[in-house]
Amino acid sequence: MPRNDEEVPSSGRETMVTATASEPLLAIDDLHVRFSTRSGTVEAVRGVSLSVAAGETLGIVGESGSGKSVTAFAITRLLDAAGRISQGSIRFKGQDISKASSKQLRSLHGAAISMIFQNPRGALNPIRSVGRQIADAIMAHEPISASEGRARALDLLKAVLIRDPEKRLDAYPHELSGGMCQRVMIAMAIACEPALLIADEPTTGLDVTTQKTVMDLVARITAERGMAMILITHDLGLASRYCQRAVVMERGQVVEQAAPATLFSAPQHPYTKRLVAASPTATSTIADLAPEGASAVPAVELFRPKPAPGTPLLLEVQKLVKRYDGGVTAVDDVSFSIAAGESLGLVGESGSGKSTISRMICRLIDPSEGEILFDGRAIGSLPARDFHRSEFRRDIQIVFQDPTDSLNPRFNAFDCIAHPLRRLLGMKNGSALTGRVSECAERAGLPSELLERLPHQLSGGQKARVGIARAIACRPRLLVLDEPTAALDVSVQAVILQLLDRLRREDGLALLFVSHDLNVVRMMCERTVVLQNGRVVEQGESRTLFSAPATAYARELLDAVLHLGGPTARMPEPA
Amino acid sequence: MSQLSITAKRAGWRFASSLPALFGVLVFTFLLMRVLPGDPAVFFASGPTAGKEEIETIRKQMGLDKPVPEQLLRYLGDIGTGNLGRSLTTGQPVLSDLKSRLPASLELTFSALLIALVTAVPLGVAAALKQGSGIDHIVRFICALGVCVPTFVSGLLLIYVFYYLLGFAPDPTGRVDIFTSPPPLVTGFLLIDFALAGDWEGWRAAASQLVLPAFTMALFVVAPLARITRAAMLASLGSDFLRTARSLGLSRRKVIVTYALRNALLPVLTIAGIVFSTMLGANVLVEKVFSWPGVASYALDALLSSDYAPVQGFVLLMASIFVLVNLTVDVLYGIADPRVSVE
Amino acid sequence: MTSATLRHTVWILRGNPVTAFAAAGAFALCVLAVIGPWIVPYDPVASDVPNALLPPSAKYWAGTDQLGRDVFSRLIVAAGLDLAIAASAVTLSFVIGAVIGALCGYAGGRLDRYVGRFVDVLMAFPLFVLAMAMVAALGNRVENIVIATAIINLPFYIRFARAEVNVRRNAGWVEAARACGDSHVSVVLRFLLPNVLPAMAVQVSLNLGWAILNAAGLSFIGLGVSAPTPEWGIMVAEGARFISTGKWWLVAFPGLALMLTVLCFNLLGDGLRDILDPRMRT
Repeated sequence: MPRNDEEVPSSGRETMVTATASEPLLAIDDLHVRFSTRSGTVEAVRGVSLSVAAGETLGIVGESGSGKSVTAFAITRLLDAAGRISQGSIRFKGQDISKASSKQLRSLHGAAISMIFQNPRGALNPIRSVGRQIADAIMAHEPISASEGRARALDLLKAVLIRDPEKRLDAYPHELSGGMCQRVMIAMAIACEPALLIADEPTTGLDVTTQKTVMDLVARITAERGMAMILITHDLGLASRYCQRAVVMERGQVVEQAAPATLFSAPQHPYTKRLVAASPTATSTIADLAPEGASAVPAVELFRPKPAPGTPLLLEVQKLVKRYDGGVTAVDDVSFSIAAGESLGLVGESGSGKSTISRMICRLIDPSEGEILFDGRAIGSLPARDFHRSEFRRDIQIVFQDPTDSLNPRFNAFDCIAHPLRRLLGMKNGSALTGRVSECAERAGLPSELLERLPHQLSGGQKARVGIARAIACRPRLLVLDEPTAALDVSVQAVILQLLDRLRREDGLALLFVSHDLNVVRMMCERTVVLQNGRVVEQGESRTLFSAPATAYARELLDAVLHLGGPTARMPEPA
Repeated sequence: MSQLSITAKRAGWRFASSLPALFGVLVFTFLLMRVLPGDPAVFFASGPTAGKEEIETIRKQMGLDKPVPEQLLRYLGDIGTGNLGRSLTTGQPVLSDLKSRLPASLELTFSALLIALVTAVPLGVAAALKQGSGIDHIVRFICALGVCVPTFVSGLLLIYVFYYLLGFAPDPTGRVDIFTSPPPLVTGFLLIDFALAGDWEGWRAAASQLVLPAFTMALFVVAPLARITRAAMLASLGSDFLRTARSLGLSRRKVIVTYALRNALLPVLTIAGIVFSTMLGANVLVEKVFSWPGVASYALDALLSSDYAPVQGFVLLMASIFVLVNLTVDVLYGIADPRVSVE
Repeated sequence: MTSATLRHTVWILRGNPVTAFAAAGAFALCVLAVIGPWIVPYDPVASDVPNALLPPSAKYWAGTDQLGRDVFSRLIVAAGLDLAIAASAVTLSFVIGAVIGALCGYAGGRLDRYVGRFVDVLMAFPLFVLAMAMVAALGNRVENIVIATAIINLPFYIRFARAEVNVRRNAGWVEAARACGDSHVSVVLRFLLPNVLPAMAVQVSLNLGWAILNAAGLSFIGLGVSAPTPEWGIMVAEGARFISTGKWWLVAFPGLALMLTVLCFNLLGDGLRDILDPRMRT
């Protein structure tokens, strides 16, 4: 929905020409940004040109290291000390601001261009009340008294739909949720009605439902006030829903720009193609994610022999409860089961107890009540402290969320993978161990020359592969995946998901897939359990659950998922 | 109002939670006293000339023939009533000796802390604001060097330079020179008492005696204070919320003072408590170097002449002051940082 | 030490001349401490009253003291005693503190609370005063200086090890180790301690300087080492009597020795932080 009559959606290079002709609000020409680091100069942005018309919403899309955030910080000249603009111009309302003095910048910041950031809680001063911080933002540009500032801050809190705004005025950031903090940040950013709002990954780290309400709010406010916005995001779905035009960046350069509908339905540049393919959608399958890698996935449907009658389920969880000291019940009466070779998704927002459940099943922590049956044998009563001696230890393995955090910084990749083999299978150093480690590494897609490296010398995707190789080393029967791709870029996520799916098919592994990403769970899992506040809200076949959720909460979660090619820039009705 | 009650509640809670440590301190000194060579009864006797019977009577009075737990109770009772025994050297009750000498020590320590803070904080801030510049290198050099010079050496070298070579400083003995008559006793802090009496001549004399020892002690703690200020300020300047403040176009003053400095002062406040403790320890050395008539030199003299009641009293006093200082720091921190809850 | 570590160390030292200087200084000090008594020009304890209180000269590099003893010889010989006191005190508190702290940090619960209380009591004393009181109580001997210095250092090591282990106990790689079949004990010994030790080694180096200052301070006030023995603190204490009459070398040289020693260990500690951190390796 174009908000500006002059705005003509078009694709490719023409867009820039059109925008320039109609005198854009912001025009960046051939921008280069360099960082001086220990190992020399790094050019993070290499010749970016783009423009934003007044009132327009432009998305800058890219993966980590693409230079999208650096571009944003270069526009506002908030680069950290090591970074500087080495070439190019940034024209805002016709004036080049790339060389503006700090005094000129101060009058520009907040009043003409403002920003909202990732990690909203960190972006607010922890020891100043939010009311005062908002008032500070206004008083930086308008000569008003403290009491007027307070009154205006209150109005702004109302504008960003914060409940009990009078009370919140004196609250400190730590007393507010992440979503609330982001609303406060938005209030500060719009306080002086700037012409341009730059939102740098504004919803990363927030829960899906919060993500949607925050983005809807930003979209409505910018539309109402006729502000232009640059939305920087790694999430194609977000860009597709909220932007009128999007540019795709890769390694410091713009590779393609067009209206999202065009861009994501018919990408031209190979990188955009890969990126679009890798982003899970409502209908994509694992094989769709990376076309080149499709050959790795067997075309055959998953074949699983029917278990002989009377064979117990692989895993049965009965009325599981976990209470922590201080009376917090993290998991409350949760029951589900997984058959051999089956994959089950565990879905929920933060605080739903999904990580606690996965750790109880892995027998890393003890449940307060309830039973865990593995192969029909109760393992929940065996204390977690002694579980390392259990025969089932090798059968239940886990892949952790943060690949960096899950590798011992002092072990190289080889030792990480060899560790379970040494401990659980008692393998000694020798050709058998080396062979098995190389085999696991190869199956996890880790080149053997990387085995000598320490974790900090590996990329995120490579670390994830080490974690997976370690988990499959002992040929477990149940693999628990705790948000295995949450810290990875979509293109890396795509290959890791394919890898996991292939391993599962080849080895008949059962998977417990814990995630907040519903698209991913839909692709990976045959059945899904939806959790909220430690309780099971709904469970069933993924196909049924995703097409026709039975409960309101599941529906809400599904509605909040952003789909590529969904309705573009659908503006919510003003409240 | 609610802020006040929260603070009061917090102070109360903190005080309550420091009671076990305080109790531990008492037990510790009790044990210390019993391990000490010599007979505790002797400390409490009237003097070195006390006869065998007198000591025996005191032994009974003190209950040294009773089992240890009962002795501990008696000891706690004695402390409660302010009976810390008697000094062999001065012949006075330890409590009154400590009372008359404490102001001298506190005056020295507080002046030194003040000097250290007004030097270290601006230095640390300046170094952080101009990271990598000349001033930063100088401050870091001072920090590296400052922690390496022992107090007693820097004190003596200051005496050499300012008393022997330059003659600026008066004879480094005591709080006032012999020609100045002490002011009427009000607080025991000479600078305050002289000022109250309007005797500015005397005030100058007292101040000039105080300068060298106070600087000696300040020199010792400037380094850690400046170091932590610089580090905290750098962390604060590099934080996300400072970037926010700049993105909103707040004035430079507001960004640096209200946003960066206020946050940076929180760790400085925490470290100030630890620094104060170090200074209480350093008092022993500085008072010895400058023949300062404070509690530490009193305890040291007693210790060297095997007179243990003053030592025990001194250790108890220092520990109580330190507990009090920590309590203050904690309450101040609670006021300065809203994130710290009552819990 | 593997060749990679060695190469890394050399690389770091080359890029970091200050640390190289500190390491060389610390090494030289240790050598001096061992061979000192054999190389000094004069007997450090023999008095030579006619030559008392001579200022530094070509014959007496650091002058002579009130008994005519050569200050330079005494300085060199003293290095052994001062370093030995500090090193044994720090080793003692490091070993005990690391084990107790790591256990508390990993296990938490009752043990952690009791140890925490004990540490609180120790920390409730100004540490120098505590050391003073302990030496007084245990007896005025060198061993007791070591014990007292070790005890006042203990809280730092316990807290440090506890905190370092505590932040890592829920790290993914610790849970992964347990999923790979390690017991709690094995996790602490084989995973957590090796990861915590580098940080503690830095602490040791920084602490060594502090322990030297502390021991010197105690002997300065007349505790521990007694008079004719060459020791930096005592030398300053003896020289203090003559400072008002301008005999600066009696104080300045032992002071300088103390300062340089502490500086070496402090700078070395800062440098070690870089060397032992595997993340710095490229």
